[in-house]
Amino acid sequence: MSTASPAVTANRSAPLNPRRRWWPTPKLIIIIAVAGAIGYLALVPLYYLLWGTFFDAQGFTLGGFATAYGDPRIGSLIGNSLWFAVGSAVLSLVVGTSLAYLNVRTDVPFKALFFAASIIPLIIPGILYTIAWIFLASPDIGLINKVLEPIFGTAAVDIFTIWGMIWVEGLHLSPIVFLLMVAAFRSMDPSLEESALMCGATRMQVFRKITVPLTRPAIVAAVLVMTVRSLESFEVPALLGLQNGIYVFTSRIYFVLRSYPPDLAAAGALALGLLVLAVVGVAISNLVGRAGKSFQTVTGKGFRPRPMELGKWRPVMGAAIVFYFLLTVVAPLVVLLYTSLLKFYQAPSMAALRTMSLDNYAQLLNMSQAATALRNSLFLGIATATLVMAVMAIAAWITVRSRIPGRQLIDQFAFVPLVIPGLVLGLALSFVYLRSPIPIYGTIFILLIAYVTRYMPYGMRYSVTSMQQIATELEESAQVSGASWWQTFRRVLLPLLAPGLLAGWIYILVVSFRELSSSILLYSPGNEVLSILIFEQFENGQFTVLAALGVVMVLTLVVLVTVAYKLGAKVGLREN
Amino acid sequence: MLRVENLVKSFDGERRRRRAAATGATDRVFAVNDVSFTVHEGDMFTLLGPSGCGKTTTLRSIAGLERPDSGIIEVGGQALFRSLEGQRVLSVSANERGLGMVFQSYAIWPHMSVFDNVAFPLQVRKRGQRPGKREIAERVGRVLATMELDALAGRQATKLSGGQQQRLALARALVIEPPLLLLDEPLSNLDAKLRESLRYELKRLQRELGITSVYVTHDQTEALVLSSSVAVMRDGNIIQLGKPREIYQKPNSRFVAEFIGTSNFIPAKVEARDGERYSVATADGSLALNSTADLAVGTDVIVSIRPEAVDVSAVSRTGEIPNEWKGTVVTRAFLGEAVDHVVRVGEFEIRARGNPSVSIRPGTDVFVQLDPDKLSLVPVD
Repeated sequence: MSTASPAVTANRSAPLNPRRRWWPTPKLIIIIAVAGAIGYLALVPLYYLLWGTFFDAQGFTLGGFATAYGDPRIGSLIGNSLWFAVGSAVLSLVVGTSLAYLNVRTDVPFKALFFAASIIPLIIPGILYTIAWIFLASPDIGLINKVLEPIFGTAAVDIFTIWGMIWVEGLHLSPIVFLLMVAAFRSMDPSLEESALMCGATRMQVFRKITVPLTRPAIVAAVLVMTVRSLESFEVPALLGLQNGIYVFTSRIYFVLRSYPPDLAAAGALALGLLVLAVVGVAISNLVGRAGKSFQTVTGKGFRPRPMELGKWRPVMGAAIVFYFLLTVVAPLVVLLYTSLLKFYQAPSMAALRTMSLDNYAQLLNMSQAATALRNSLFLGIATATLVMAVMAIAAWITVRSRIPGRQLIDQFAFVPLVIPGLVLGLALSFVYLRSPIPIYGTIFILLIAYVTRYMPYGMRYSVTSMQQIATELEESAQVSGASWWQTFRRVLLPLLAPGLLAGWIYILVVSFRELSSSILLYSPGNEVLSILIFEQFENGQFTVLAALGVVMVLTLVVLVTVAYKLGAKVGLREN
Repeated sequence: MLRVENLVKSFDGERRRRRAAATGATDRVFAVNDVSFTVHEGDMFTLLGPSGCGKTTTLRSIAGLERPDSGIIEVGGQALFRSLEGQRVLSVSANERGLGMVFQSYAIWPHMSVFDNVAFPLQVRKRGQRPGKREIAERVGRVLATMELDALAGRQATKLSGGQQQRLALARALVIEPPLLLLDEPLSNLDAKLRESLRYELKRLQRELGITSVYVTHDQTEALVLSSSVAVMRDGNIIQLGKPREIYQKPNSRFVAEFIGTSNFIPAKVEARDGERYSVATADGSLALNSTADLAVGTDVIVSIRPEAVDVSAVSRTGEIPNEWKGTVVTRAFLGEAVDHVVRVGEFEIRARGNPSVSIRPGTDVFVQLDPDKLSLVPVD
């Protein structure tokens, strides 16, 4: 294997012709282009975010910080943010971990439902999930309130509170915790628990003293990751919190930018605060992950322990599972479908049933905006997935296989966007391209840049994992057979990487297809994507058309996710 | 044919080396430390040694997969790598060296058929040198026929058995008719029975095709069976280089004697010398032996002798042969094809291996006879 240094690539004729001019090889050009692109995408937005926050026409200023953090409501903003994030994380952890334990370690019935529930975050985007819960639990129109009205009086539950926000976010995140914890429980040697049983411990003592301590690193990591995700969540705080003036970082940034005149510096200052919180969370979870490894008895080996018999609790647990499934999967989907068939939003009744029709869907067909949004979303999904996977396949080669000095930097840069909340990235990119002479602000390409940046880490993870599974010798034997670098890459590596790259491609297609939090700050009229259109329609109160659009979106995602599963991609498990 | 001269490769890489040279630091860790050897046309040359001895690094440097720090590698008079003090570095990249290589894992590309795997080296040639489709098919067919794989040409490469994969890897390496074939432990992935039969198969092929080969292995039997010459390596150095018989019968060091087969080691001191004929003193009397080693009288040495060169007899032949000691059988072990006796002689225990029909009960007094031609002198470590 050669390195990028020019001396190495000198060929046989070199000594005869020592003054021959050196030309960069295609390999070198490709590598430099890829490294440059990754560095640019990862660092430039951050640079401009700092610049836009600290500099105005007069030079260095802390004005943005003064406005943002001098506000008397800043205390409650930070309090709300943490309360919301930690609350959602704890809820998702309790629900997800219990489900995972029941699934892996007990003979609980309906195991198929677990995995159906686990793909929910992929097929129902956060914005639709939140809106579905508004239909279910809003104090005025919520179906649950209508059902409970005869017993508890009007507005028994109110989704427009911090508890409502935690509820929706926590439930939406719980399937991700479930998948993380299933992996943790499966990789734990059951003999550790069995030996405790043999020592005379009860099931409960085993769970408390053996199972939980051994899975603690996984639990702590899950809590931190979920906390960061909730901090970064935009749709739940925006749709549920703004109504009653419950601000968190993301919704406040959005609010500041939406008011006139938008205070960019203040928004930047808030974004930096959020970024710092996210970085701290990710850093702690990395530290915990590293510390956890030192005492890990949880190996990578898959175990299939004999499931614990629940006995008389089995029906109870079964009922709980069905209830969870109804609550997180069936109810939101049914309420969307129900609403999409109505003329105007109302509680179910005979009268309502009689008015049901497919009019909303017909209206979608005639709505040019909807067609444009669908086209934009598909274009962005496909373009993002293709670009990310193409670049990351080469980046993965550089970091895994090459010995180019500084290759680790490429790896680290590629993962930078993972800690940048979507909304912050949107803001940073608008700082960049408002000033940039490249005329892409206000076009769909700024969204493309945002998506490529955001999903770069996922592409990197998929590519690196697949690259590591390919034995180095397969590549070396091609080299010895006389294949050039590019021939080796194209004819040996790429075909072998294909399944992994395809899985990554579909995953990125799925997540880009429903992106909202970066798009909300970067779109311009005519360049709406589906989630933006739904957001706009919600603000305009067009609930029924929105529901129809939501159903179309969910169905499209179901198709995409099904294809991904058919291709053997563990889409759910890759969710971060 | 192949000339390797003063090959050096340290783990730190070149940049560290330059920095070390600048600062005068000497803490380099060598994978290969000044290795030189020559392989003649048609030879099967084996690099033998324990893991971490630098044999694979040497082979990979010849292949162009590793970049040595300095040294010369030439094949057929043409330099593939040259890096000497004060000279411009020449390094032909692996894909331009035109050598054949069989990898330890075979590195059969799983997404290609048997035919495609073998055709690949021809297909990736530069335009102009690339043979036409018909010629590729013909050449691939020919090499597959040699390897008795022609019936499997259309099959997916991963569907082959271990032995077939090994032959496929060989076919792929040979299709370009390389001047030099490199083999990196090609038999280590097979089970014992198959390994033994393929060992002879490989020897026959190498003879028939007359192809110059460099073979890397840690298996001493493989090295002895296959090679025309063997280089035993340790810690990045070649310890002994010679024909298999020489290496086995006249190891030049305790390491070589121990690594290749088992040996008895008897501490001794040179008491007299006449050319290659030595007399050495041991705790149990002196021994006469022949050695090419150059050792002065008075030097401490170790006498090494293979168990199968030790004769155990109930009858004394004192006077007929020079070296005979009296001892007592301590234990015996039946190995199927042979019987081992451990005989206590004074303060040593000597292991003797003999015909399984001769079996002597422990406790019996016997005579141990040591052939002067089969004793070798090795320096004290």
